[in-house]
Amino acid sequence: MLAYIIRRIIYAVPILIGVNLITFMLFFMINSPDDMARAQLGAKQVTPELIRSWKEERGYDKPLFINHKAEGISTVTDTLFVQESIKLFRFDFGVSDANRDINSDIKERMMPSLAIALPTFLIALITNISLALLLVLFRGSVLDAGMMIIAVMIMSISALFYIIAGQVLFSKMWHWVPISGFESGWSAVKFIILPVMIGVFAGIGAGVRWYRSIFLEQINQDYIRTARAKGLSEIKVLFGHVLRNGMLPILTGVVVIIPSLFMGSLIMESFFGIPGLGSYTIDAINSQDFAIVKAMVFLGSVLYIVGLILTDISYTLFDPRVKL
Amino acid sequence: MSIVLLWTDIMVWALVISLLIWGWVVSRSVQIKKQWHTIFKSSIAMVSAMVLLFYLFFALLDSIHLRFPIHSAGVQNQKVQYEGDIVSPLDLIFSHNIESTERTYSAPFSTHEYAKSIVVDENGVTKQAYLPLKYVSQSDDLVLKSFAALVVGLIISCFLIVLHIFWRAGGHFMERFRQTWQGKTHLPWRTAYLTITLLIMTFTWLYMLSFHYHVLGTDKVGGDVLYQSFKSIRTGVLIGVLTTLIMLPVAILLGVSAGLFGGWVDDMIQYLYTTLSSIPGVLLIAAGVLVMQVMIDTHPHWFETTLERSDLRLLFLIMILGITSWTGLCRMLRAETLKISQMEFVTAAKAFGVGKFTIIRRHIVPNLMHIILISVVLDFSGLVLAEAVLSYVGVGVDPTMYSWGNMINQARLEMARDPMVWWSLFSAFVFMFILVLAANLLSDRVQTVLDPRNRV
Repeated sequence: MLAYIIRRIIYAVPILIGVNLITFMLFFMINSPDDMARAQLGAKQVTPELIRSWKEERGYDKPLFINHKAEGISTVTDTLFVQESIKLFRFDFGVSDANRDINSDIKERMMPSLAIALPTFLIALITNISLALLLVLFRGSVLDAGMMIIAVMIMSISALFYIIAGQVLFSKMWHWVPISGFESGWSAVKFIILPVMIGVFAGIGAGVRWYRSIFLEQINQDYIRTARAKGLSEIKVLFGHVLRNGMLPILTGVVVIIPSLFMGSLIMESFFGIPGLGSYTIDAINSQDFAIVKAMVFLGSVLYIVGLILTDISYTLFDPRVKL
Repeated sequence: MSIVLLWTDIMVWALVISLLIWGWVVSRSVQIKKQWHTIFKSSIAMVSAMVLLFYLFFALLDSIHLRFPIHSAGVQNQKVQYEGDIVSPLDLIFSHNIESTERTYSAPFSTHEYAKSIVVDENGVTKQAYLPLKYVSQSDDLVLKSFAALVVGLIISCFLIVLHIFWRAGGHFMERFRQTWQGKTHLPWRTAYLTITLLIMTFTWLYMLSFHYHVLGTDKVGGDVLYQSFKSIRTGVLIGVLTTLIMLPVAILLGVSAGLFGGWVDDMIQYLYTTLSSIPGVLLIAAGVLVMQVMIDTHPHWFETTLERSDLRLLFLIMILGITSWTGLCRMLRAETLKISQMEFVTAAKAFGVGKFTIIRRHIVPNLMHIILISVVLDFSGLVLAEAVLSYVGVGVDPTMYSWGNMINQARLEMARDPMVWWSLFSAFVFMFILVLAANLLSDRVQTVLDPRNRV
């Protein structure tokens, strides 16, 4: 088991190098560091000296891939790409363009993000699976058909609509919860409840349809027929056989996103003024802060790869046929 | 008058032409024709297809760009000067709405502005009053005008339907007409005609009243919301359609080669899509668009007009969306190719000495068609919705471009006002909802019919 995990982590390294290469090409090849300096400093009072000092400050003055001035191995290592990659692999994200330490910002903002994303994820998982099981129990009935139409409609409405409608109804008209903001500790609940509810509701259409299709695939299998033939009640068949065997495809889709919950949700956080990583990213995008965007891309990829590894591990726990 | 070809225009018309060719090729294959008949046997699929056609019509109408020369009397033998504005046929249809810009917000059908302004009356007293709108008829014969508009819509749709029945009948017009009327046709044409009539009547009602009112109100700077909603159709449809068009060849090529050739080719392609898909989609899009924006900003001399600039940004957004969305399809195609290439008929073909490319063309790609088709229709609705979110995040289409996302984004800032400025949001959401719902319903049907797992 341990050997397998280590092997997977080693496999992850080339992928992360690839991610680095892609972001690097995006940020440094399409626009040269000179372009970035000009965009950051403002077009008007740019002098060559200013650009040079801006680049030196951030270490952008090195050549991209091959340093012809250096000797030996450092022709490759003393370059912008290698230096930047090493920094990222050490999770040293440096300072943002607004001169803030990105690492401490990320640490500070992870918890608020998780406070929204984790409850949304858990409640959505439970509601969607229970609703899907209910529909499978009543499959082919009017309830099933009606709910499926409603599910398509829920899917077809933009998430922005749910957010805006929720804020107008619950905050502006009925004053049940504050419209936006965040506090630490237990008093955060009143800020969290609306975004969580909206997040769950917006995903219910797609979620229920997906789980329902998984369960329906199980229900036509031979072992289900055997279970019924043994005289098991429909409820027992559903929970004991359909749900258990459906867990495997569900795991593939679900476990992989768990680590990414740390990244938070971009729109939710910025609409509800939650100081998490999602709103951090949006602010960085709007102020064109490349250092933060690059850090978030790398962090997001790492978390996704962790998710992939977790998926494989959870497979062995749930399916005895899979051996590592 | 000269035609201006924007990049996205070229692509969208290339797509239309290739679709027509594909339709012609498909119509010769009995089997595929039968599949499409099965899809459209369902009334829901027919209604959805009509709605999508209606949207596509406006998107295409807005994808021809014209430039008119300035008429300067007296000056001869000079290079023709063009007006700064590039217009599309849709702009020409709605030209009265472009000109009738009010001062600020006004509710749908209202005759006065939304907020009070300070005016000085004839006695020299300053007071607050609702100013009347400039381009709205103050008479209230709304019912009569609506009736006239609906009648015009009915006449137009009747004309189109009769024309279509005539084309379908090929001689036996009365017989076909009776069959259609009684709903006894092979495909649910009656439902289709009803949908089209409804759509056309809604359009003529909105359109003809827009000469007298701001049917869906006006926005912050007094622009007509109805016009903006129709202009946004092109943006939404193009993002939904062209993104898939761009990613499709890449996904098919890489997916099939990975599955068929195996070995290091497979390893490379798997590595490529794992790497790309491990970058969070929104962030990759954000990074890409940001970088592109810097490039556009540092090279202003590339573009003659703002329209060309926003068009390039749209094109780039479509490409970035394509890059982030081909990985899923590629993975599916690889798995399916792997499965198919183990099957007996492929082994038999190999044994007969059939070449690799012939095997791909004749045995593999036709068996992948259902996956490709399902993913195209499935992706469409997701992309239309994604446009709105991306524009909100600030990495969507150019802020000067009309799009539902931009409309929502601008209206969102006015949420705190009381009474609420709801009409921009409402229009954008309704236009988007109808399009996405139609696409989702159609994709459901396509999936039910084409997915072999659903066959009983």
